[in-house]
Amino acid sequence: MNMRTPMSRVRGLGSAKDGTTHFWRQRITAIANLPLVILFLILVITMVGASHGQVAALLGSPMVAILVLFGIASVTTHMWLGMQVVIEDYIHGEGAKILLLISNGFFCAFVGLSAAFALLKISFGG
Amino acid sequence: MSGQSASDNRPLSPHLQIYKPILTMVMSIVHRITGVALYFGTLLLVWWLMAAASGPAYFDYVNGFFANWFGRLVLFGYTWTLLHHMLGGLRHFLWDVGKGFSERSRNGLAKLSLAGSVLLTILVWVIAYWARGSF
Ligand code: HEM
Repeated sequence: MNMRTPMSRVRGLGSAKDGTTHFWRQRITAIANLPLVILFLILVITMVGASHGQVAALLGSPMVAILVLFGIASVTTHMWLGMQVVIEDYIHGEGAKILLLISNGFFCAFVGLSAAFALLKISFGG
Repeated sequence: MSGQSASDNRPLSPHLQIYKPILTMVMSIVHRITGVALYFGTLLLVWWLMAAASGPAYFDYVNGFFANWFGRLVLFGYTWTLLHHMLGGLRHFLWDVGKGFSERSRNGLAKLSLAGSVLLTILVWVIAYWARGSF
């Protein structure tokens, strides 16, 4: 028998109280992605056919490295938020959903951290 | 509570396969598909950056992969996916500020971003071939 009052049972079942935050972050990162992705495309074009030394020198130069790091942060946050919505839309089993949402976070952190690590290693001349 | 999930026996709203596909709808789905493809595509970027960080030998190996026909095909697809998603994002920005909702605008924008993504992809590759080795 359930001894809880009806009120205590419905408390906390309302909205998640974060309103438009998710939407807003998706847009902020999308706006940041725009110039950063274009910059990255330009960088890749200039590096076609370049030697390892040339690529390391370009990617490791402070201004380029900082902007690419910014891009990594923005893109990985953006894809994390984006994939979360995709999972919530299609995966309805509670267990599978939670598992995928957690994996999503790990995957994006892995991508972001390894890309950032590689870039810093190049910058610091490792 | 009854102990049974409230959603168990509810009727479902009609899903995708019941609607006649129209351009704006297909573009919306493609925005999602490109987003998901880019999501996994970041692994290629990580691989390439890791290669650049580990030294000339491995870097040349990975570059060799991207330089053969299969690698180029993948990168070509990647370019289009990225540019298509980018133009789709621009359409979202327009809608976010409340513009571009008329039937004319919706269809025009859909066609424009589809054509734009193809043209920009070709442009990027023409420039890349043209600029090759001129570092
Ligand atoms: C080039 C700049 C980019 C812009 C302007 C952009 C813009 C957007 C926008 C506005 C949305 C939300 C769509 C909606 O609310 O339905 C979105 C969704 C998404 N984006 Fe991007 N994006 C960009 C790059 C990327 C990149 C590089 C990735 C992945 C590596 C990515 C992955 C995703 C994913 C997974 C979604 C979710 C798809 C969905 O919910 O249907 N985006 N993007």
